[in-house]
Amino acid sequence: MADTLAAPLAPRLGPIPPVRIVASADEKRMRIGLWLATLFLLCALVLPLAMLFLRSFEGHDGEFVWLANYVSYVTTPALLSSIWNSVWTAAITAIIVVPTAFAFAYAIMRSCIPGKPLLRAIALVPVLAPSLLPALALIYLFGNQGMLRWLLGGGSIYGPGGIVTAQVFYTFPHAFLILSVALGMADARLYEAAEVLKASRSRILRTVTLPGARFGLVSASVVVFTLVVTDFGIPKVIGGSFNVLATDVYKQVVGLHNFNMGAVVGVVLLLPAVGAFLLERWAQGKQSGSLTGRAVPYVPKPRARRDVPLLVLCAIVAGLLLGIVGVAIWGSLIKFWPYNLSLTWANYDFARFDGSGWSSFWVSVRMATWTAVFGTTVVFVVAYILERGPKQGPLIGILRFFITIPLAVPGLVLGLAYILFFNDPLNPLTFLYGTLGILVLNSMTHFYTVCHLTAKTAIRQLDPEFEAVTASLRVPIWRTFLRVTVPICLPAILDILVYLFVNAMTTVSAVIFLYGPDTKPASVAVVQMDEAGQASAAAAMAVTILAATTMLKLCQVGVGGLVDRRTQAWRRR
Amino acid sequence: MPPQPGTPYLVVERVGKMFGDFVALEDVSLTIDAGEFVSFVGPSGCGKTTLLRAIAGLDPATSGRIIQAGKDITGLPTTQRDFGIVFQSYALFPNMTVEENIGYGLRGPLWPAARRKQRVAELIGLIGLGEHAKKYPAQMSGGQQQRVALARALASEPGLLLLDEPLSALDAIVRLHLRSEIRALQRRLGVTTIMVTHDQEEALSVSDRLVVMSKGRIEQIGTPEEIYRAPRTAFVANFIGRSSAFDAVVQPGGLVDAKGVRLEAASARTMTQGTAVRVLIRPEDVDVAAGVHGPQALVASIEYLGPVCRLSLDLGSLALTADIPSDRVHRDGLAEGSSVPVGIPPERVMVFPADG
Repeated sequence: MADTLAAPLAPRLGPIPPVRIVASADEKRMRIGLWLATLFLLCALVLPLAMLFLRSFEGHDGEFVWLANYVSYVTTPALLSSIWNSVWTAAITAIIVVPTAFAFAYAIMRSCIPGKPLLRAIALVPVLAPSLLPALALIYLFGNQGMLRWLLGGGSIYGPGGIVTAQVFYTFPHAFLILSVALGMADARLYEAAEVLKASRSRILRTVTLPGARFGLVSASVVVFTLVVTDFGIPKVIGGSFNVLATDVYKQVVGLHNFNMGAVVGVVLLLPAVGAFLLERWAQGKQSGSLTGRAVPYVPKPRARRDVPLLVLCAIVAGLLLGIVGVAIWGSLIKFWPYNLSLTWANYDFARFDGSGWSSFWVSVRMATWTAVFGTTVVFVVAYILERGPKQGPLIGILRFFITIPLAVPGLVLGLAYILFFNDPLNPLTFLYGTLGILVLNSMTHFYTVCHLTAKTAIRQLDPEFEAVTASLRVPIWRTFLRVTVPICLPAILDILVYLFVNAMTTVSAVIFLYGPDTKPASVAVVQMDEAGQASAAAAMAVTILAATTMLKLCQVGVGGLVDRRTQAWRRR
Repeated sequence: MPPQPGTPYLVVERVGKMFGDFVALEDVSLTIDAGEFVSFVGPSGCGKTTLLRAIAGLDPATSGRIIQAGKDITGLPTTQRDFGIVFQSYALFPNMTVEENIGYGLRGPLWPAARRKQRVAELIGLIGLGEHAKKYPAQMSGGQQQRVALARALASEPGLLLLDEPLSALDAIVRLHLRSEIRALQRRLGVTTIMVTHDQEEALSVSDRLVVMSKGRIEQIGTPEEIYRAPRTAFVANFIGRSSAFDAVVQPGGLVDAKGVRLEAASARTMTQGTAVRVLIRPEDVDVAAGVHGPQALVASIEYLGPVCRLSLDLGSLALTADIPSDRVHRDGLAEGSSVPVGIPPERVMVFPADG
């Protein structure tokens, strides 16, 4: 000790020695984690998308043809018209869904109607079913053999009308969720101030409520629009000869084996999705900070003139949502729609309609399980490292950017990118092609962003000094991660797990290009059976998927309660 | 082996820290003796927390050296250093009981179960939370939580205790109580301690020495009395304690002239005539009474603070404050609008060269 202190450490005015920083074992591990995560998203997302771009500029023999594909695309009237078709059906859907969802969310968050938890649960039911389910139900009701076909006069459900109606059901819960969050963030003090200033009810709605929710409204409109433009299942089943972008991709690739033109349509399909994504990010950015920690939560008081009409509206919406699902379930149990309405399980004997039979359901369950297990682990660990790991280095910015991409990439586009990338003879990863592995990889990647945001939000609620304290106690960080971070974030982790499982079970567009002979998922079987004219079997399979996701959701509620009691005891005072 | 009290324990040598282009610390040097209680004080953004985090290795310094107990720790990761730390937010693990929190770092071959249990019990006794051992942090008050954080930091008997604004999240009364408790505990254990605080009164009351910082540099290091009574810069004089401050010019004969008001100042005697200076006067050094010899001032307002009254005085064009015992204010019949003679001892007038 004496030696060190006696030695002149540095000449008083000489240059100051720079510090050589020794990385801790924890930091090295986390850096490796960052590399792996970046590499993963590079292979599972960025390179496939790059491949898609390249292919859209290639001719039949792989030669570079500049914009020739794009030129032939815009000069094909049939293809061009599907852009317009996609846009206007999406716009009309948004115009119908957003105000309805706003009223519904307003009723749940800002009124005193009874049965809120039940209404909320019903509003979210469509999320658990494949988007095809409402379309199939509409066909039962209004299709060629529809029970209520006479209601349409001479019209047909196959076409834009059917698409929009089915999309309304499919997108409603998404809009509802966003708007209920936006309306949940109300500061009671603003309302008290407005009342003290003697503002009328309509003036309060105009000047306090709507401005507070305006970014939620933008967000919801954008999300609905994007969901409709990029959805493949509904137009496939109920679109008839009405072409939209999503079905064009499918036709070019599966029907005409024109991968390059498929890539062009894929890139075109990316445009609205990316635009919507940027708009949504802008709205999100504006939304944050509107509610400070000091805000007082708004608690509604009963008022019949507001509550009764809202209750009626909610009852109608909930009735329609349940009705549509109910029709699909009922239809799947009918012997011969609509002539012989006696009940039967025959439609669930899938082997009669489709070579894969029940195995496609189990493929889906396996795929969804692996997606949920791997996806949740990867997402949470990566989110943790990004939030609490090394703060410097170029990798962090790159990885953060990669993580935001999946939200802007429609499943169909990602699927197409995957066939191009994983089928390329030069790619060492081609062994994945046609396996369950590629389906899992695709689903994990496709739903990555939302899961990451959930994980990030949960991790950010933890004290930022936990890691510093851990290091000062000379405890390895993974121990605190397992002992503190994971237990505290368990509710969010369960949310991610269920989200991934449900989406992997229900998605059509992300997997339609990627399944192999032994790995056909149930949602694809629905499309195929419907295509083959087996609507009842298709509905039965869709209902089976719904049953599986509902069961898991109920499990989450049950297990969630249990987990709460076991691991969240510390939350109670 | 505990270091000998009074010998240098932590040496900070010309330490610098950059965040990108921003200089957070510049050429900071100081030595802390074993067993000392040192506070880093300064306004927010002065670099006091940055310095603490550099010592802790949470954000290592970019230049210079830090030597703890004879070992160069400048670039070492936090896990290879020897300190305990308490944060403003306590950073207690919410899903662990008091016992589990305190014993969290007591792992490995050095801490067999029996020894660990004994140590935890000892610490819980030390902070006087015996009956709360099985509680979760959320079930305890802020002061209790902070004591648990302190016990956790001290559990493995570190050579150095770092306190990062440990009392700022507490309300005033708990704060006063806990600060004397921390000081007593530190004396008893003899652990070298560094506290970061923006509260100068807190720093004055508990520290052996203060390190006053501003804009990434050290302004002054000294005992509380040195810092308060003999501040080396206008910044220190202004930041520590209260004072009235104004610009003035040095006149011959140890006088300063501020907007036409002339005051006698001991430290101005050695200064060149005509130098622009900053003058600071503490309220307790200003006396007003019938017998006092000095210029007349007008009492602009009186603020009642209990034991003293704070008088705002207009001395010509200068605004001064004076703390006068309340009894005397009453006895002398001082009221707003009254005119009184003002006396300021020349050796108590603090004069500093004006900035650049």
